[in-house]
Amino acid sequence: MVKLLLENAQKEGIRFLKTYRENGGYQSLEKALKMAPDNITEEVKVSGLRGRGGAGFPTGLKWSFLAKPENTPRYLVCNADESEPGTFKDRFLMEFIPHLLIEGMIISSYALGSNRSYIYIRGEYAWIVDILRQAIEEAKQNGYLGKNILGSGFDCEIFVHPGAGAYICGEETALLESLEGKRGNPRIKPPFPAVKGLWNCPTVVNNVETIAAVVPIIKMSGAEYAKIGVGRSTGTKLISACGNINKPGVYEIDMTISVEDFIYSDEFCGGIANGKKLKACIPGGSSVPILPANLLLKTAKGETRYMNYESLSDGGFATGSMMGSGGFIVLDEDQCVVKHTYTLAHFYRHESCGQCSPCREGTGWMERILKNIETGKGKMSDIDLLWDIQSKIEGNTICPLGDAAAWPVAAAIRHFRDEFEWHVLNPEESQKRNYGLANYASPLALVS
Amino acid sequence: MVFSEEKMNEVNRLIASYPQGKQKSAILPVLHLAQEVNGGWLSTEAMDYVASLLQLDPIEVYEVATFYSMYNLHPVGKYIFEVCQTGPCMIKGSDDIIAYIKEKLNIGIGETTKDGMFTLKAVECLGACGYAPMMQMGKTYREHLTREKIDQIIESCRSMNN
Amino acid sequence: MSEDLFKVTIDNITIDVPPGTTILQAARKIGGDVTPPAMCYYSKLKDSGGKCRTCLVEVSKGSEKDPRPMPKLVASCRTTVMDGMEVKNITSPKAMEARKGVVEFLLINHPLDCPICDQAGECDLQDLSYGHGNEGSRFEFQKRVFEKHDLGPYIQLHMTRCILCYRCVFVADQLTEKRQHGILDRGERAEIATYISKSLEHDFIGNVIDVCPVGALTDKTFRFKNRVWFTKPVDAHRDCDKCAGLVRLWLRGDEVFRVTVRRDEWGEVINTPEGKPAWICNECRFEKKKESDWIIEGPTHINRHSVIAQGHYEGLKMPNEFLPEVIGKKPRLFLNIHDVSEVNRPGIDLSLIEGPATSDDFENPKND
Repeated sequence: MVKLLLENAQKEGIRFLKTYRENGGYQSLEKALKMAPDNITEEVKVSGLRGRGGAGFPTGLKWSFLAKPENTPRYLVCNADESEPGTFKDRFLMEFIPHLLIEGMIISSYALGSNRSYIYIRGEYAWIVDILRQAIEEAKQNGYLGKNILGSGFDCEIFVHPGAGAYICGEETALLESLEGKRGNPRIKPPFPAVKGLWNCPTVVNNVETIAAVVPIIKMSGAEYAKIGVGRSTGTKLISACGNINKPGVYEIDMTISVEDFIYSDEFCGGIANGKKLKACIPGGSSVPILPANLLLKTAKGETRYMNYESLSDGGFATGSMMGSGGFIVLDEDQCVVKHTYTLAHFYRHESCGQCSPCREGTGWMERILKNIETGKGKMSDIDLLWDIQSKIEGNTICPLGDAAAWPVAAAIRHFRDEFEWHVLNPEESQKRNYGLANYASPLALVS
Repeated sequence: MVFSEEKMNEVNRLIASYPQGKQKSAILPVLHLAQEVNGGWLSTEAMDYVASLLQLDPIEVYEVATFYSMYNLHPVGKYIFEVCQTGPCMIKGSDDIIAYIKEKLNIGIGETTKDGMFTLKAVECLGACGYAPMMQMGKTYREHLTREKIDQIIESCRSMNN
Repeated sequence: MSEDLFKVTIDNITIDVPPGTTILQAARKIGGDVTPPAMCYYSKLKDSGGKCRTCLVEVSKGSEKDPRPMPKLVASCRTTVMDGMEVKNITSPKAMEARKGVVEFLLINHPLDCPICDQAGECDLQDLSYGHGNEGSRFEFQKRVFEKHDLGPYIQLHMTRCILCYRCVFVADQLTEKRQHGILDRGERAEIATYISKSLEHDFIGNVIDVCPVGALTDKTFRFKNRVWFTKPVDAHRDCDKCAGLVRLWLRGDEVFRVTVRRDEWGEVINTPEGKPAWICNECRFEKKKESDWIIEGPTHINRHSVIAQGHYEGLKMPNEFLPEVIGKKPRLFLNIHDVSEVNRPGIDLSLIEGPATSDDFENPKND
């Protein structure tokens, strides 16, 4: 399978500039600096690259929205606040091949005209801050950063800004607030960052993987990049797989692989751990709808489901899910969906910034009801109440955290209502056990 | 609390990474430094000091320090076990790890051992879901935790302190 | 239509407004039920709004140029109108349902202790829940409570009642040089506080009381002294070297119980003749509690629907009715009281009857 980002990730010494360059590093930058900035944006447009942070918005289009008023600085900010449960791909990339991100940052900064770019990284990744700062220092010493980069006349500095523990700062306007030294309260949009972003200047915020993908795009051309993958899911995507699988880890896929292959083949997840059966999966980070095994592997139409944007969302929320950030969480037959949903509700309650009322109040309410159901104190009417609360949060909040909190609850009830009911009907047993209905999933044929 | 000359250089370097007049942006990294110097937590005095360094009203610092979960607003132990309890870690047995640490150190979540050595915190997703169960200890992550690993970690902390 | 104006239709009523006007401001120009309620937005405080989500409306047509509807409900206080925009507020079941949800969210942790709350009778949340909420609550958990913080001799903070509208923070930011209080913690534990107990000191800080939509910030010099509907509001002024001195006195007999800013029909501070918000200083608010300190201009005009109107017959304002315009026809009444009762004959103006009404007044109406 083609690898564009992680091909050299496991090579010894790739963390350092010398080895990185020996493996073809910084060639894209040299090429890019000879191009006109707008042509780079054009290449990114042609490549069909979509934002890898979760929303999947076309990156080239986002770049083209950047306002360019005269005498106003523009900023590129890299979103490395990776906090979506199930997602740890950016960490892997930054930890092992930091120069790929730095190279992508310099090329993107050049394309957007940003002379001062920031990497906002979650504070908990403290050792990666050091790795990145070291990589930046190395790049500077070799003339890839600083004044007049490689004689092109382009000046650029990159700074690493650590966060301090707030999931909400992954939302781009909350991230900008945080970068300005404030509480991570998402801004009310419009205006969008492309017009008024960091310190009120036009700003582009892109995910780590998105920026890293610019390097191979420049190297191979947008048109070549677009040939990889299928439909509007072009290029490669990093998937961080976790949960009850034999081989958790970060994998680079080209989006033509089926979900079934991804879970069961030895090249990737290596099947369900301990010989258990697949019960359910959250394919794109904890916010996206959970799918039971049958709907995960096949769409409602009975077609094979693939690991790409379109196929994963086939059927809408009724029978589908989302690609999201690529955080692939697998649950085996022993896992309790109610308990899992409860931990997620706890997470979103804890991470709500508290600005708008549906999220501030609704996330806590959902958590409390889920805790009751999980511990055998729930009522049948609680299930309907939960449904109603999530429907009143969704779409009515300032930022997408409200949706992110509502969707997991909605999907759990949609697909696993009997498990909620089981908890209500078997209060004693649900207090003793961590899980509800074992053997929920229909038995599935393993890929040989 | 005051920063040493070396720390002050660090602060100035941080401030310089933002445009002129935007020193407020340095608040998160400078608070991290203050917490480190102040024994792992932010006292009112420490926050007021940061406010004066960055020319901010103290309330602006309080607002920020109370928002982010990495800042401790009460004294903590020398070693902080921050065990992740979110979904992916939960299904890999984080409950058991937390229960074991509680039992072993005889403290509850959010509490510190009497000797001031260990604090236990249950935290939310740290981005190590594939290496679950896990916890953060200072600047590093301890992953694929088992009871035996917890024993070893506690033992090595104690021996380092002796 | 003037070239410079945008045409916007809200609940089937069309109005021309200048570009840059928000949907809420446009709706306020129309008035009545068409106007979405606002708990956090305050037109005289920059950056306020967008947070409480009570003013969510449906945009069924984006503009003349791009007629697509907006996918989500939008906060009308922070969304500017486009030419040809069509908005649905009370005609949108989706918006009304969402608003009901928001009211419920705002109330689940709000103590329902209106009988002992000083804000009762002039509380925006009370009005909102009466107008848009459900009866009863589905919340079966312990409500959130906060410890009380002392904010000095004049202002009482009762955080448990706060709905985090941020208005008081904007007041401190925009009216004083040094903000001493703010939002601490986050999520459902977020609170208004000073972190270290501190009294708020600034000549204009008392205005936080007037912008607070609920009983979270109240006037210590007035607390528990009287219910607002027993006091009589009059507009008054004095020469003040700090503020414009345009105030509202709340009297009982000759006694001045309370001094507040003068509010307009949206509950916001009025403007001075110079066009600036007539915020008042602490001296006018807290120290001038004698009738002789003031020049009284006359009784305040109060909306007839307000509980404060009870007992006051002077200067009541009949709210405008918009229903016929919204639905495009006269509403059909299920029951016309005049069809079944002789007493309340339409021609009889009760306020013209001297003394208690008797059957004679109805049988031989003087003014029929």
